[in-house]
Amino acid sequence: MNLNKLFGLSRSVSLGRNVFAPRVAQKGDCLHHFQSRRFIRSSARSLTYAKDLFLGKVNKAEVFPFPEISKEELEELNQLVQPVEKFFNEDVDSKKIDHEAVIPPETLNGLKELGLFGIQVPEEYGGLGLSNTMYARVGEITSLDGAIAVTLAAHQAIGLKGILIAGNDSQKAKYLPRLATGEHIAAFCLTEPGSGSDAASIQTRATLTEDGKHFLLNGTKFWISNGGWAGIMTVFARTEVIDKDGQKKDKITAFIVERAFGGVTSGKPEDKLGIRGSNTCEITFEDTKVPIENVIGEVGGGFKVAMNILNNGRFSMGSAGAGMIKRLIELTSEYASTRKQFNRSLSEFGMIQDKFATMALNAFVMESMAYLTAGMMDRPGVPDCSLEAAMVKVFSSEGSWICVSEALQVLGGLGFTKNYPYERYLRDCRILQIFEGTNEILRMYIALTGMQYAGKILTGKIKYMKKGNVGVVFEILGKKLKDSVVRTVDFGLTGKDGVVHPSLTTIVEEQLVLKKVADVLINLYAMTAVLSRTSRSVSIGLRNHDHEVLLTNTFCKDAHFKNNFLLTQLQKSE
Amino acid sequence: MSARVLVGVKRVIDYAVKIRVKPDRTGVVTDGVKHSMNPFCEIAVEEAVKLKEKKLVKEVVAVSCGPQQVQETIRTALAMGADRGIHVEVSGKDYETLGPLQVSKILAALAKKEQADLIILGKQAIDDDCNQTGQMTAALLDWPQGTFASEVNIEADKLKVVREIDGGLETIKINLPAVVTADLRLNTPRYATLPNIMKAKKKKIANVKPADLGVDVSSRLEVLKVDEPPQRQAGVKVETVHDLVGKLKEAGRI
Repeated sequence: MNLNKLFGLSRSVSLGRNVFAPRVAQKGDCLHHFQSRRFIRSSARSLTYAKDLFLGKVNKAEVFPFPEISKEELEELNQLVQPVEKFFNEDVDSKKIDHEAVIPPETLNGLKELGLFGIQVPEEYGGLGLSNTMYARVGEITSLDGAIAVTLAAHQAIGLKGILIAGNDSQKAKYLPRLATGEHIAAFCLTEPGSGSDAASIQTRATLTEDGKHFLLNGTKFWISNGGWAGIMTVFARTEVIDKDGQKKDKITAFIVERAFGGVTSGKPEDKLGIRGSNTCEITFEDTKVPIENVIGEVGGGFKVAMNILNNGRFSMGSAGAGMIKRLIELTSEYASTRKQFNRSLSEFGMIQDKFATMALNAFVMESMAYLTAGMMDRPGVPDCSLEAAMVKVFSSEGSWICVSEALQVLGGLGFTKNYPYERYLRDCRILQIFEGTNEILRMYIALTGMQYAGKILTGKIKYMKKGNVGVVFEILGKKLKDSVVRTVDFGLTGKDGVVHPSLTTIVEEQLVLKKVADVLINLYAMTAVLSRTSRSVSIGLRNHDHEVLLTNTFCKDAHFKNNFLLTQLQKSE
Repeated sequence: MSARVLVGVKRVIDYAVKIRVKPDRTGVVTDGVKHSMNPFCEIAVEEAVKLKEKKLVKEVVAVSCGPQQVQETIRTALAMGADRGIHVEVSGKDYETLGPLQVSKILAALAKKEQADLIILGKQAIDDDCNQTGQMTAALLDWPQGTFASEVNIEADKLKVVREIDGGLETIKINLPAVVTADLRLNTPRYATLPNIMKAKKKKIANVKPADLGVDVSSRLEVLKVDEPPQRQAGVKVETVHDLVGKLKEAGRI
């Protein structure tokens, strides 16, 4: 690998070498994310790339080389992609779907027949059994219509994911086949009118019946995608659990609920700004009888299931955004090359070129991040890529919003009319920053999880130091010396013997600090992704690799500068 | 019926791609350009699969001639419902000069080898627009042909074909075995659904070389140069018919 690139990477990452003080008190446990997958493959690898960044460690082995798929898989993928592209180009009338706020049944049937309702369901249950990488690739095409993309994602990325990753064999055999063909549509029911980001505060209740064979479900869920159509739902409710101390506690449990169980009513579809073709509504459960066999995982273990499901599906937003931006570049560049003002075509003007550069950079970074994350998730074992996936989501949602706006701007007044798809893409795009975890919450998650991890490791090291383990002292000192040769930021939060700065226990409240920390991390991960991808392109001599090098260098210079600024601001705030 | 249908499928540059001529003017740019199955070949495959679904034929075999990449095209045919594929390996210079005469010789040899009862091809390919392969194949085999078919029916052991001709529609009855070439309105090809693509992975594609079939693929034609069509010149507006006649005389047109 090119030495320059190695140097560039280490230079840019060294800016992230912060010495975070150990978090002694851990307030609020809404950030657990242990993977509770049942199926075991080969020996588990704990992928801690992003978390280790918090310690200033770059686990190059995790992210270099860029994940690859075999030649057969690539051919298969290209084959799979062709009919989907054709369908979306010829048989999907996005304008009509948006205008009438409904996806016509013929289109839905076409999607079902293409097999798009069971992309990740294993083949033995009637699905396509595609890997995360392939799912991301198909996501690039389905994102051409926002409403369809959300309907499909709500069905399989979250709706049936619970059964897929935490269900037992009989649940899988019972429900997955009909979900894979689209005979039943799935929905994910967590949010309530009073509990959005604060998911742990849900009030829907499930009480065990006298005979202990059923749970009675009561409560209201809100903002449920596919809520009006879903025949099978993953519902989260509070249940009374007796924990090991014999205390009665209220914990969340995940249930598979069929509309056929009775007592399920859906409200009318919400009239939304964007993704209008996607059905979003309120669902009320009134004494719905759910057999105890339909509990996903353990009673009381629902929160972890919910977090795993959500963490599992996030990465595909990167490829979906990239696919959409690439289409926008295609449409916009045609216009910019033909439209003339001041006797020159728009494409000759610098400010217009700047917009195309923004779009190209964003699409490139989003793609790289999404496929890097998907590739890591596809590795054997049970990799925990929740942090990386969250970073992909934040970057992609904000990047998409900016790029759609710029694309619309290129068309000027025309872009503002409904005759062109730009205003629809803009409206559809806005939701990306809100659902699947608001960007605010995800930034908190990124910053706090990383610090918690770093804190644990550092606390351990400091304990060693206190025990007089001299070797560790030298290691940490040595690192600090190395850091000071290259630029370093010392928060001044640790004293010589690891005394905790008083403000650290309340770091949870310092949201502005956390925001900046998260932004630094997201930039670092983005840089990693493009460096990894381009290094591979260069080393295998991919066509147009010189363009990739240009894109990577441009992005990294920019991100490096931004990180510098953020870190300086953080230092100043002391 | 124990009939076996041979369907020829050609891998061509996708219809939506803007074609560019190579700087050395020996051909068009194909490197890195999106390719797909010739649209008329798709219609041919669809017709064959329909016949199989109606139980009028027993087996559909998809054939393509070319380098490794044509296997993708054969796989698409398999995903649409063909039972197995045959890949006739032709690459390099031979592939660049491969034309209807050689392909029809290959198809004729394969038809005899596979004991096919019916050959369905697209009426022409969208890259060379030759419209010759079907007709040549029929001649080499001494089989009847139903070209530009917009409707095909099997009645007893004869084929009823409705042909689209300049004057309208012509209906003919020909004996089997026969060659049919598909026109646009014959049918609407189905999507190769993702589940079918996965199933098609298990279907077999056999490899053969033209030499195995006793066919010489050397070409009798040499391409001298390839150019873009001339740029459209601006027109001239005239005031009266008199002026128009004058201009035409000036240009030597009348």
